[in-house]
Amino acid sequence: MITVEIDGKKLEVQEGTSIIEAAENAGIWIPRFCYHKKLSVAANCRMCLVEVEKAPKPMAACATPVNEGMRIFTTSEKALAAQKIVMEFLLINHPLDCPICDQGGECELQDIAMGYGRGISKYSQGKRSVEDEDLGPLIATDMTRCIHCTRCVRFGSEVAGVREMGMTGRGEHGRIGTYIKHTMSHEMSGNIIDLCPVGALTSKPNRFEGRSWEFDQMASVASHDCVGSNTFIHSLRHEAMRVVPRDNENINEVWLSDRDRFSYEGVKSHHRLHEPRIKKNGEWQVVSWHEAMAFAAEGLRTASEKWGADQVGALASPNSTLEEFYLLSRLMRGVGSNHIDHRLRESDFSDQTLRGAFPGIAGSLNDINQQNAILVLGSDLRREVPIVAHRVRQANKNGAPVMAVNMIDHDLNVDLAENIVASPDDFVQQLSGIADALNGKGEPTSEQKAIADTLKAAEKANIIIGHVALHHPNAVAIRALANAIADLSGATVSHLTDGANSAGAWVAGAIPHRAAGGAAIETAGLNYLEMIDNPLHAYIVMGISPDFDTAHPVKARAALNKADFVVSISSFTSDILSESDAIYETADVILPMVPSAETSGTFVNATGNWQQFQGALKPQGEARPGWKILRVLANFLKLKDFEYTSSDEVLDAVKAAVEANDLMSRVEKSLVLTSLPATTSGIAKVTQVPLYRADQLVRHAPALQHQLDESHRSARLNTRTAKLLKLASGDRAVIQDADESYVLPVMIDDKVSDNAVALSAAMVGTKTMSDFFGPITVTKG
Amino acid sequence: MTELLSKEVKAEIDRWLKKYPEDQKRSALLPALRFTQEANDNWLSEDLVKAVAEYLDQPHIAAFEVATFYHMYNLKPVGRYQLNVCGSISCKLCDCKGIVDHLKQKLDINVGDTTKDGKFTLKEVGCLAACVNAPMMQINKDYHENLTPERVDSILETLE
Repeated sequence: MITVEIDGKKLEVQEGTSIIEAAENAGIWIPRFCYHKKLSVAANCRMCLVEVEKAPKPMAACATPVNEGMRIFTTSEKALAAQKIVMEFLLINHPLDCPICDQGGECELQDIAMGYGRGISKYSQGKRSVEDEDLGPLIATDMTRCIHCTRCVRFGSEVAGVREMGMTGRGEHGRIGTYIKHTMSHEMSGNIIDLCPVGALTSKPNRFEGRSWEFDQMASVASHDCVGSNTFIHSLRHEAMRVVPRDNENINEVWLSDRDRFSYEGVKSHHRLHEPRIKKNGEWQVVSWHEAMAFAAEGLRTASEKWGADQVGALASPNSTLEEFYLLSRLMRGVGSNHIDHRLRESDFSDQTLRGAFPGIAGSLNDINQQNAILVLGSDLRREVPIVAHRVRQANKNGAPVMAVNMIDHDLNVDLAENIVASPDDFVQQLSGIADALNGKGEPTSEQKAIADTLKAAEKANIIIGHVALHHPNAVAIRALANAIADLSGATVSHLTDGANSAGAWVAGAIPHRAAGGAAIETAGLNYLEMIDNPLHAYIVMGISPDFDTAHPVKARAALNKADFVVSISSFTSDILSESDAIYETADVILPMVPSAETSGTFVNATGNWQQFQGALKPQGEARPGWKILRVLANFLKLKDFEYTSSDEVLDAVKAAVEANDLMSRVEKSLVLTSLPATTSGIAKVTQVPLYRADQLVRHAPALQHQLDESHRSARLNTRTAKLLKLASGDRAVIQDADESYVLPVMIDDKVSDNAVALSAAMVGTKTMSDFFGPITVTKG
Repeated sequence: MTELLSKEVKAEIDRWLKKYPEDQKRSALLPALRFTQEANDNWLSEDLVKAVAEYLDQPHIAAFEVATFYHMYNLKPVGRYQLNVCGSISCKLCDCKGIVDHLKQKLDINVGDTTKDGKFTLKEVGCLAACVNAPMMQINKDYHENLTPERVDSILETLE
């Protein structure tokens, strides 16, 4: 520690700190444009010039480290004069279009110009103007306003890991842009909107919609991935205007993924359900809540009386809140059925009784940055949980080797130390090879051995099991082998789960084999796959469309169609791109539920962080929060102890159940594999859910839907497989699946492993797929 | 896209890469762009710049930043002879404008343009360190100093 003096204040600061950081920690604000605490120092705006005793010239506070005994003056005559001159230079070419600029009112340049700018400019020449860039559907540009701070450029190279923007030309002709026109496709690109200190980069969906000072701000939690980024929802007259990140160093730092930022558009979709509906004699009717509830309760009661309570099942979206899961779980058990599940994209459940409190990430998210080695298993990290991908990249930048075993050579944006790309069939064998290498038996390949050695040598190593592995038909074997590898190498295992609240579903009992708090159940109910494999007579489905939210769209839709009675609790009527209306087709009663932005609730993220949020917006139409719907439905079913008057009371009940069962002390037990799953030959699917198709809300956000590209609508296979199947790029592939066949354009992609066809689920073209990984035959159409 | 670079150009780039630390391939952008330009009638197409970037494992934009920063990289086709007239202070004092005007009139082109027959490209450049004999111009790699309109005419006549 050294002693410095800033504006007469004596401070003890760490050696090597810059003046601007030292001042900031002491609550002294120095004006700046290019400096940002999460980015490297560029020192090119010169706004932070301060006076340092004995220094002949003013010094840039962001680029000058403190020294013992340094005396710094941030508001002395000399410092202010320097800052004013810099401001004058910056304003030479900055247009005076604040009245029509979206940044107006929250603009760093505007704010600082108020303090340091002159009322009158000495400059009478014309200002330069710069052609705009088209960066795609998310980011609007007015490059004439750019002051060349290069924050967006540094974000690209340092944080995003994809340098798309740069500064071309020089001097007065210098401009920020991509040079060659292209759409920003990075999953975190929206952050440059926040970083831009002026109005050069603004939000396109929010363009000209309102002024920042008119907005109401409510803290919220993003509802798409198992990290639960902290957000603020900004609204104007109860209409969602935009979502911005809420700083939380332990979760999303200062960033937000594009999915979390722009999905609010879905809340405003005209596909929202506004009133309860029932199907009577094959006709849909709009009815009152009372009538709809009575109809739903009557239908469920009739079904359970006629066919037995174990003929009622519940399928809930993994994005439901903790309170919704809890009430649904209690309602189902009140009816007398344990058939409840949220794992709608998984197909291997046999180790469920061995699992810990919930599948999640080992330790905290900050721990990921501190790892000495990371092994990614079956994951397209960036397009599954962007914030985790960002943290893995940070760990890699800190020197941790990152290794991957995947079925597609995903671009993880890190320098992969080892990279195994195996066919879906060979995937498990590869993991077994790594375990063998650690056991010193068998004949592991050099890559397997290298992965084993790196994990063993690392002091802290983490194995991250992603969505692709989670959805794999041998997911249990993958987990067992990952656990074995972890045990042998001293690593920890992290599971990335679907949706925002899978952990909450486990905690609240939205699983067939445990009740709320993990309480034991005599006989486990049917899991998701069993529920649709042997269709039941009645279902409650919550927040899902059978076509797009399950791993078996054909079977799921058929099961719901076959059922005598289906209650659909949903925010949307249908899916925006869907040609037919799966919800209307399958349901008998539709109860309109609000999305999470309009209700209070809790999401438990993958690290076990319970994040409570309040409704940021007013519920639309007659739609009601999910917890209220379930509570009243339970009342109509005459179930006991459903007298909750707020979501807080429901949350307290969950907390009590967790404590009563000592859930949090439950540890994951490893399954010991006695044999490896049998391998098959032939062509298999590898299916991923595109980032912007993951759930109902994001599927209704138009700007994000424009980010989908041809690859998501194609069948992708590598050159060898294409040759084998006699297919070429541009051909139409007829894919014969177990249930139905479908036709997709062929795209050659050498990142795909041999004997595999990469498909995207939750797309219109693949909604007749039988499962995510099964065998298919492919012919030229 | 690196297949756009000839074997010779790649060999030359490789030779230069040895001069920089292995993890700093970006340093070789300047020479790599130069060789590529020289092997392509003295200009760089967008695809060639991308090819250089890819050959050096750099993002495309990193190569475009360099290629747009220096006037010596031509981003559109140029004539066989590039007439680079110095426009800096010493030459300016010695009436380089008169030289430029003369060339503009004689060749019927503007600064930055190429004659229709593809023979000459006229450019105004920064100081080329021949102030002592201002005004001056550089034709491809050769300096021509103490220019007058008459001298310019006779120099151009010698060029095929």
